[in-house]
Amino acid sequence: MSALPQLPDEHVSVLAVPRMHCAGCMSKVERGLLGHDGVIAARVNLSSRMVTVTHDGSVDEGDLTRFIAEAGFEAQPRRRQAEKPYSAVKPLLAPLAVAAFAAMNVMLLSVSVWSGAEGSTRELFHWISALIALPAIGFAGRPFFKSAWGAVKRGTTNMDVPISLGVIIASGLSLYETWVGGQHAWFDGALMLLTFLLAGRVLDAMMRDKARSGVEALVSQAAKGAQVVGADGSMTYLAAEDLQPGMVMRIATGERLAADGEIVSGSSKFDQSLLTGESRPVALARGETALAGTLNLEAPVDVRVSSAGKDTTLAEIARLMEASTQDRSRYVRFADRAARLYAPAVHSLALLTVVGWLVAGASLYEALVIGVAVLIITCPCALGLAVPVAQVVASGALMRAGVMVKDGSAFERLASVDRALLDKTGTLTLGRPVPDAQALAMLDDEEAGIALALASHSRHPLSRAMAKALVARGVAPAALENVVERAGEGVFATCHGRAVALKRPDSSGTTAVLLRTGEGADRLIPIADTLRPDAREAIARMREQGIECSILSGDTARAVTAVAHETGLTAQGNARPEDKQALVGRLRASGRKVLMVGDGLNDGPALAAADASIAPGSASDVGLQAADFVFVQDSLSALPRTVQAARRTMQVVKQNFALAIVYNLFAVPLAIAGLVTPLIAAVAMSASSLLVVANSLRLVRAAK
Amino acid sequence: MNGVLILLPIALLLGLAGLAAFFWALRNNQFDDPDGAAARILIDDEEDDAA
Repeated sequence: MSALPQLPDEHVSVLAVPRMHCAGCMSKVERGLLGHDGVIAARVNLSSRMVTVTHDGSVDEGDLTRFIAEAGFEAQPRRRQAEKPYSAVKPLLAPLAVAAFAAMNVMLLSVSVWSGAEGSTRELFHWISALIALPAIGFAGRPFFKSAWGAVKRGTTNMDVPISLGVIIASGLSLYETWVGGQHAWFDGALMLLTFLLAGRVLDAMMRDKARSGVEALVSQAAKGAQVVGADGSMTYLAAEDLQPGMVMRIATGERLAADGEIVSGSSKFDQSLLTGESRPVALARGETALAGTLNLEAPVDVRVSSAGKDTTLAEIARLMEASTQDRSRYVRFADRAARLYAPAVHSLALLTVVGWLVAGASLYEALVIGVAVLIITCPCALGLAVPVAQVVASGALMRAGVMVKDGSAFERLASVDRALLDKTGTLTLGRPVPDAQALAMLDDEEAGIALALASHSRHPLSRAMAKALVARGVAPAALENVVERAGEGVFATCHGRAVALKRPDSSGTTAVLLRTGEGADRLIPIADTLRPDAREAIARMREQGIECSILSGDTARAVTAVAHETGLTAQGNARPEDKQALVGRLRASGRKVLMVGDGLNDGPALAAADASIAPGSASDVGLQAADFVFVQDSLSALPRTVQAARRTMQVVKQNFALAIVYNLFAVPLAIAGLVTPLIAAVAMSASSLLVVANSLRLVRAAK
Repeated sequence: MNGVLILLPIALLLGLAGLAAFFWALRNNQFDDPDGAAARILIDDEEDDAA
């Protein structure tokens, strides 16, 4: 791609294609793009679900989105990031490679020493080992040293403190041993420890990278800009941050507002569910205020910007959320809590050993060697792997089941949850209009064909919902002529000489469309948001898991009561974002562990404030970013499944800790007795690490 | 002993070469898209593939 000559008229666009998942998808997208004039190169990145397209000025991002749609995928243009996306794995790969390289070579030399190399050969081998090991430890140990130093400076301790101490003391003592021509050097042990631990960290980072890029590909909903109408009637597209109060935006049907403002011409219905959770469209006319993030449902309107960017209601909620996130960051991970007990115990044990041997009459040098052996053998190799490996295996299992895990510590927090608050719109329900199945089943094939053909001519949300449902039923569209879409009214056409229409019903209390085929009676098809499949079963299973569920929604009490009745849950309606956050706070203060499940912007603060949070993949950007877990399929069964996986993970983590402690119970007495040679230490450490990894692998089926 | 003097540098050199190759790969963005690299081998590109 970089080898292409840079033409003067060359642009690079990045588009997210969240549904790409295999080699077939990759080649369909790439070939679909390359088949068009104006596209010079296209390269898919499957890890981040993005495609980078090099094209000339004759096509723009809108065309590219259409090309990808023709290939069968939804795509959204991305602003090109000035810098490369942050990766947690990359900075750890080089240390891991160096540590592994050095460990293998030093081990090679150590094996010769263990099998009986004597005298000058042993000294030569020790020197070569030192030559390889010291720079390697200096380089590969930096991630641990840095974190340990940070903890010590703050006067606390974490897992990295005993690791760093063990490694540094072992290298120092080994260097001294080499200098005086002693029998034992511990370079191999120190390097092996670093290799194992770095492998654990890399796995951990890989998990987080994968989840983050998965979520980034989903993030798309908020409007990134708007068509601005100039004084002379000209139209220019401005990005959201360039909008100024006083400008007039033209909002097409199906578009989201990029800023708050007052409607200056036209009237339409708006979906504010992202902001308030209220599912019922709100009719707004001239002079009324429309908020950023709301979706225009019916007809194009002009809106004069009153506040943009940081001043919008949307931004206000984001600030509320940031405050809650800081509150939760005080959570102390299980591994660090263990380290707080473990590190002092190990250090005093080593000290006591040295003192004990001195009292027993050993020389200072002998006592020190034995003390270091204790430090090395207790070095938390297995402990360092206990948590990350279990989390990586479990999150891999969940990922295959359609749940993305954004943060490893979320498993710990979710496992202890005993109270769940569920948002209604978009969480318990699908959050998108679905045509009534019964009314749809009443249509015969010809009517369905006409309906599909009409619906596919409109970008109106209700039309798209109709088209989606009809395509799923396997309907073939009828041939139409003279298709006209009239904003706010519907789609009109002729079919075999008869006037047909898919339009707004003249009078109807609920949201619905009217299908007129010119033959037989008109069909009224109610379109409403419906409960997710398996919602009832999922809630029943959560109850079995000992989690008390209730609904917390921003929707009107009437709408909430209907869903509460269907699911058998207690419910609270009319909750504003701050009310939701406050309720979470109250429950936590009374000692409950709260799980928040929500999707909208209005759930953001509560998602961030809860002990653990889950959002559906259709959630708003804010919801996706605030949640610990994101599930992408429609079924709500992902909730109990994730809880179960989290609990199993914590079980395995605790078993791993138990294994590590049992190992210490055997190895430490040997070390204190002065019987541990580098060979024994190497074998014991690898064995305990492998045991922990093997135990964690049982989580492969955790999400079943 | 003589054998060791020849074999040791060879072993270390080979290891270093591997390490250098890994660093080269790291620096040339070979690890940007691990999933894509795994999937790309399955793409049948007997017709020409521009990328």
